[in-house]
Amino acid sequence: MTVRDQVWTAQDTSPSEIEAALRRLLVEFHSENEGYWPARVLNLVCVVDRHWSGEIANRLRGVGRYHASRTIVCAVDGRRTKLDATATIATDAEPKPGEFALLRETIVVECGPHHLEHLDTIVDPLVVTDLSTVIWSPHGHWEALDSLRRLAQVVLLDSVDDPDIDEALRRACSFSDDLYVVDLAWLRSTPWRERVAAAFDPPARRADLGTISAIHVRHHPDSVVAALLLLGWLATRLGWEPARLMKRGEGLYGKLGARRQDVEVTLEPQPIGVRGLAGLTIETARGESLSLDRGEGGLRAVRNDHAWTILGASRGESGILGEGIRQALLRDKTYRPALNAANALLHL
Amino acid sequence: MTATLQENPLTEGLERLPVHPTTLVIFGATGDLSKRKLLPAIYNLAHEGALPETFFLVGCSRSDMPHGDFRQLAIDAINEFSRRKPDPKVLDALLEHVRYVPGTFDDASVYAKLDKTLDEFDEKAGEPLNRAFYLSTAPSFFPVIVEAIGKAGLDDVGRAEVRCIIEKPFGTTLAEARDLNKRVLGVFREKQVFRIDHYLGKETVQNLMAFRFANSMFEPVWNRNAIASVQITAAEDIGIGSRAGYYDSAGALRDLVQNHMLQLLCHVAMEPPARFNADEVRDEKAKVLHAIQAPTEADIAQMAVRGQYAKGTVGGETVDGYLSEQDVPSDSNTETYVALRLFVDNWRWAGVPFYLRTGKRLARKVTEIAVTLKPVPHLGFEQDGSLGIKPNQLILTLQPNEGVSLALAAKIPGTRMRIRPVNMEFLYGTSFLSQSPEAYERLIMDAMRGDATLFTRNDEVEAQWEICDPIVHTFENTPGPLPQYEAGSQGPQEASSILLPGDAWRAI
Repeated sequence: MTVRDQVWTAQDTSPSEIEAALRRLLVEFHSENEGYWPARVLNLVCVVDRHWSGEIANRLRGVGRYHASRTIVCAVDGRRTKLDATATIATDAEPKPGEFALLRETIVVECGPHHLEHLDTIVDPLVVTDLSTVIWSPHGHWEALDSLRRLAQVVLLDSVDDPDIDEALRRACSFSDDLYVVDLAWLRSTPWRERVAAAFDPPARRADLGTISAIHVRHHPDSVVAALLLLGWLATRLGWEPARLMKRGEGLYGKLGARRQDVEVTLEPQPIGVRGLAGLTIETARGESLSLDRGEGGLRAVRNDHAWTILGASRGESGILGEGIRQALLRDKTYRPALNAANALLHL
Repeated sequence: MTATLQENPLTEGLERLPVHPTTLVIFGATGDLSKRKLLPAIYNLAHEGALPETFFLVGCSRSDMPHGDFRQLAIDAINEFSRRKPDPKVLDALLEHVRYVPGTFDDASVYAKLDKTLDEFDEKAGEPLNRAFYLSTAPSFFPVIVEAIGKAGLDDVGRAEVRCIIEKPFGTTLAEARDLNKRVLGVFREKQVFRIDHYLGKETVQNLMAFRFANSMFEPVWNRNAIASVQITAAEDIGIGSRAGYYDSAGALRDLVQNHMLQLLCHVAMEPPARFNADEVRDEKAKVLHAIQAPTEADIAQMAVRGQYAKGTVGGETVDGYLSEQDVPSDSNTETYVALRLFVDNWRWAGVPFYLRTGKRLARKVTEIAVTLKPVPHLGFEQDGSLGIKPNQLILTLQPNEGVSLALAAKIPGTRMRIRPVNMEFLYGTSFLSQSPEAYERLIMDAMRGDATLFTRNDEVEAQWEICDPIVHTFENTPGPLPQYEAGSQGPQEASSILLPGDAWRAI
C-alpha cells in the first residue's frame, strides 16, 4: 500500500520533459531522506485502451510484491493528438533508521493512435537503461508492440485472450523469434506440469512415463491454448510425434505417436470459474491412471482407486500476472518447444 | 528430446523440483522452534504447492494431548507466525490427517506407536513413504532419539528413504560433538543426516557464493596479495530476552561463532568448488576449517576477547546489564560478546587476519563481512585539506540491508587534486522482485529432497569445534568478572587488543 508519493503532471508534453521530471522527483525524495532508494529491477511498458486503463491499473495493483520497478503505461485514446503525462514516484514504506525504503515509478502517457507506429521513440527515453524491458499489450494494439520490439527483451502475452487459437499461437511463435515470451497461458499450467513431473519422479514410477497411453485434459472453455501448451510440453519432453488434432464435439481429439504405443489425446472444455486448466487424466498401457482436478485446498488426485488432496493454494488471476512479471527475469527453455508442438497439434 | 528412464525428462525447466512422498515426524513438536518456525514453514510450503504430492505430518513430544489438541496447537502457531495469512482450506487439508504421539523420548513404546502411525500412513498412501525425522528437542535428547529410532527399526524402510534432520547445537564441546556424531552415524549413514545451521538456508549466505564465483572481477584480488584483513561481524542490539536458561549455559562463542560465523568465514575463504553439489561444496569448506590452527591456551589471550553487556541505553531506552537480566545468575561468567582473530594457513590466505566478533546489546543490528584491501603502494595526491585516503573496502552486508558496498577514493570537486573516500552501493532489495523464502522452508525442502549442500557435514562440525573448543575451555577456566561494555556501545574496549598493528574495528 502506498504510504507516500510525489506526482508530476503535464499536458502537451514530451518524453524528455517527462524524464527530467522523474529525475527531479527522485532527487526530491532522496534529499528528504537518504533511505529512499529507487528499485531497479525491470521496465514494464503497457499499451492499453485509455477507457480500460483503470482495469489494467487494478490488475497491476494486485500483483503484490512483483511490481516492475518502472511501469510505463501508454494509454491510447482514439481522439488524442498530443501527449499528456503523469509521473508518480511512490513508496510502500517510510525508511526506518539504518534501513531503506523502495521507490517505484509509474508513468502514464496518454497518446493517440497515430503515435503507435513509432511508440518506441516516446518510450525509449523513459525506460531505465540496462534493465530488462517487458512489453505488454492486453488490448491488442499489435502495431505498438511491433514498434517496441527493438527496445524490449521480453514480451508478456496471454494466449488465452485471443479467441482465435491459431492466431494466438502464431503470434507467440513470431514473438519468440526475437524476444523471450512470458505467456500467462503457459504459467497457468505450471502447477499441473510440476505435479505431473512429481507424480512420475519416484524411481518406481519413472518407467511408467514410457507407457503413457492416453491423456485427457479438461480446461476452461476460453483456455484451449493452455491445454495445448500442456500437451505440447508432454509431447516434447517425452518424445511423442505430434499429429493434428481433430474437432470432436466441443473439444479436440487425436493420437500422438510414442515409442511404444500411440497416445490417445482429448481436450475437453469444462465450465469452471477461472481460466486455465480444470483437470487432467493420464492413463498407462499397464492399466494405471492418475487424475488431477481442482479441489478444496489444492488438487484432488486419484491414482487408480486411491484419492487424496495435493496441497496448494490458487494464485488467482492477479497472482498469475505477478508470476508473469517475475518470470520476465528468468528463462524457461521448455516453453518454445512446447509452443511449437502445440502449433503442430493444430496444423500438421 | 526423448525420455530416458534414468532421468525424469519432465523436470527440465521447472523451478521447483519434485520431492518424493514423505511423512515428516517432528520430535519436540510442541516446542518454541516448532511453533515459531517449523509449522509455519510447512504451511507456507503447502500453500505454494511445494510439499510432496503425498505428505503426512506427525508431532511427537512429552506433553500428553490428543491428536485434535495438537492439530489446534498447529493451527494457532501457523496463524500467529506464518509469513502469510493462511488459506483455511489449505490449512485444513494440511492438518486433516495430522497425528500426535506423546511420550518421553527414551520410552520404547513411543517408537512402537510411531512405527504403527508411519505404517498406517504408508498403507493410506498405498506405498512406502519416505520418512524424515526432525529433531527439534533439547540437544541432550538427540542421541537418545536417534538410537531409539535405530532400535525400533525406523531407520530403514526398504524402498523408501529415511532422513534425520538435527537442529543446533550439535554438541557443546568437541568431545560431545564427536560422541554425538558417533552415535548418530551408528544408526544413520552420513548421507541420511542433515545437520541444521539455519544461516546456510539464508539467501544472503548463498549469495556469497554467487558473488564470489559468478563475478570474475573479485577473484584476482581475493587472496593475501591484495587483501589486508577480513572482519566478520554479527551484532545484535537486543539482549537475551527470555532465553537466559539457554544463553547462560551457551554464551556468544557457542551460540554464533562455532557454527554460523565459522560457516561465513568458510564462504569467504573457500576455493571455488568444481560443481555446486553437497560433497564438493562441503569438501572445500572443510579444507578451510582444517587450515585454521586450533589455538593453544597460551595463544588465547592474544587472539580472543570476551565481554558482558552492562547497563546502558539502546534506542533511547535505559536497559539492564546482563547480570541483572531475569534468570541470569549474578555471578555469571557467560560472555555476551566475543571477538577472535584467526588465520587460515594456506597459500591463498597466509598472514591475513580474519577477525570475528559477535555480541548482544551492541549499537545496532548488523551482520556483515568487511574485506579490507591493502593500500596503494604510492600516493602522489595532496592529503592537505582532505579526509585522507583509506584502503578500499568491500562490505558484504547480510542483514538488515543485504547488499554490497565498495569504498573507493574519489576526487573532491574543486581546483585542487584532493581525494576522499566514497561508497559505491548495491542493495539486493532494489534489484529483485522476489522475497527471500524463510530459511527453514528451504532447508526442510532440501532435506526431504536429500540435498545436503546447505547442511553441515560431520567433519565440518568437528573441525569447527576443534577451533572453538580450546577457547571455550579457557573461558570456562578463567575466573571473572568479564570485561564489561555499555549496552548500546561498540563492545568492550579490550576488543582492540587482538587487532594487528594498523587494523581497526569497523564501526558497528
